[in-house]
Amino acid sequence: MIAVLLRMAEKTHIPLPSSRQDDFAALMFRVANARDRAAFAMIFDHFAPRVKSFMMRKGASAELAEDLVQETMIAVWSKATLYAPERGAASTWIFTIARNLRIDRLRRESSAYFTDLEDFDAPSDDVPGDEALNRSQEDSQVARALAQIPPEQRELLILSYVEDVPQSMIAERLNLPLGTVKSRMRLAYRRMRKLLEVVN
Amino acid sequence: MTIVHHLDDATILSYAAGTLGEALSVAAACHISMCSECRTAVRKAEALGGEILDDLETIAISDVRRAATFASLDDARAAKPAVVKSDMPAPLQRLLGGQDFAQLRWRRKAPGVAIYELPLSKGAKGSLKLLSIASGMTMLEHGHGGEELTLVLQGAFKDKVGRFARGDIADLDEDTEHCPVIEKGETCICLYATEAPSHYKTLLGRLLQPFLKI
Repeated sequence: MIAVLLRMAEKTHIPLPSSRQDDFAALMFRVANARDRAAFAMIFDHFAPRVKSFMMRKGASAELAEDLVQETMIAVWSKATLYAPERGAASTWIFTIARNLRIDRLRRESSAYFTDLEDFDAPSDDVPGDEALNRSQEDSQVARALAQIPPEQRELLILSYVEDVPQSMIAERLNLPLGTVKSRMRLAYRRMRKLLEVVN
Repeated sequence: MTIVHHLDDATILSYAAGTLGEALSVAAACHISMCSECRTAVRKAEALGGEILDDLETIAISDVRRAATFASLDDARAAKPAVVKSDMPAPLQRLLGGQDFAQLRWRRKAPGVAIYELPLSKGAKGSLKLLSIASGMTMLEHGHGGEELTLVLQGAFKDKVGRFARGDIADLDEDTEHCPVIEKGETCICLYATEAPSHYKTLLGRLLQPFLKI
């Protein structure tokens, strides 16, 4: 765990090229509108090895992880027209697809409630204009913000987002009361949001 | 609709990360479908997930798998967005198969109290149910296990935390003790989710205990 956090911290000190998120959004546009396989290949080659890693960190075998990568990437292809760049980066959207598959297949629960809400994300629906403008910029700043929060807060984020460990099990694992875990999560989340707002 | 009581940031984070269990997630999703503020918060938390995914170490995909994925693209049908328009939050509407509250086969648990159990996946822990409580009733003083959510869908109740009406969600700390009073007028219908394996100390358990001796 510590090695992972250090590696992550090392990586997150390097700011991402700000145009990269826009590049993936442009590739998504070509997949959605022209069924462009070359554009899809570029998205695949970037994200598939990360989705595989994401699934294996939750305990999937290499074989199962590749099954889930295949499902994730086929969903990216077939749902491409549902992706709206003003709602978030391509990485955010692909994360949500991978997350839902992980819930369905690795945890054997249903993630249908996420899909039920897809319609509510219509760009005209309650999203203030300046927020939509800032979003792709915001996404590329998250990594830097992550490097600035205290290690115990970052650990909670990694346990939640990467290891798929629920709050109650984090509490057990770290031998802390649930209330303490929750307040650390709140702090981590608020700290991240604040760092992102300052940047913007 | 003015929503006063929102999801706790810790719950938003767990929901977006995908670690919140199914029962709690459905209740959270129903609130999110009615609350633009929490929807924005979830998107921000998901953006964090996207960045973390983007930042993970890579593990190479086998050539066979890459080829297989590309070969199956032609068979993949293009997805269309589902169009759902209803007063009922979409995740609940799906679970009820389009039925409204009046059409459900409620189980009467005590005078003025009825419940309707909602289906969850086999792998899911805890339970998810609709509670119908007659206007004017007072619930017993109770605390919260810290792993439960109560979303008001109809009517309203009041307690020392405040007034909870349609769209409001009680995502309370475990040390919050309260005894809600159902407002006069309409029957209060809530969606109640808990991860707790038993009814012990949960809202529903404490509510029904004196009637049912459970």
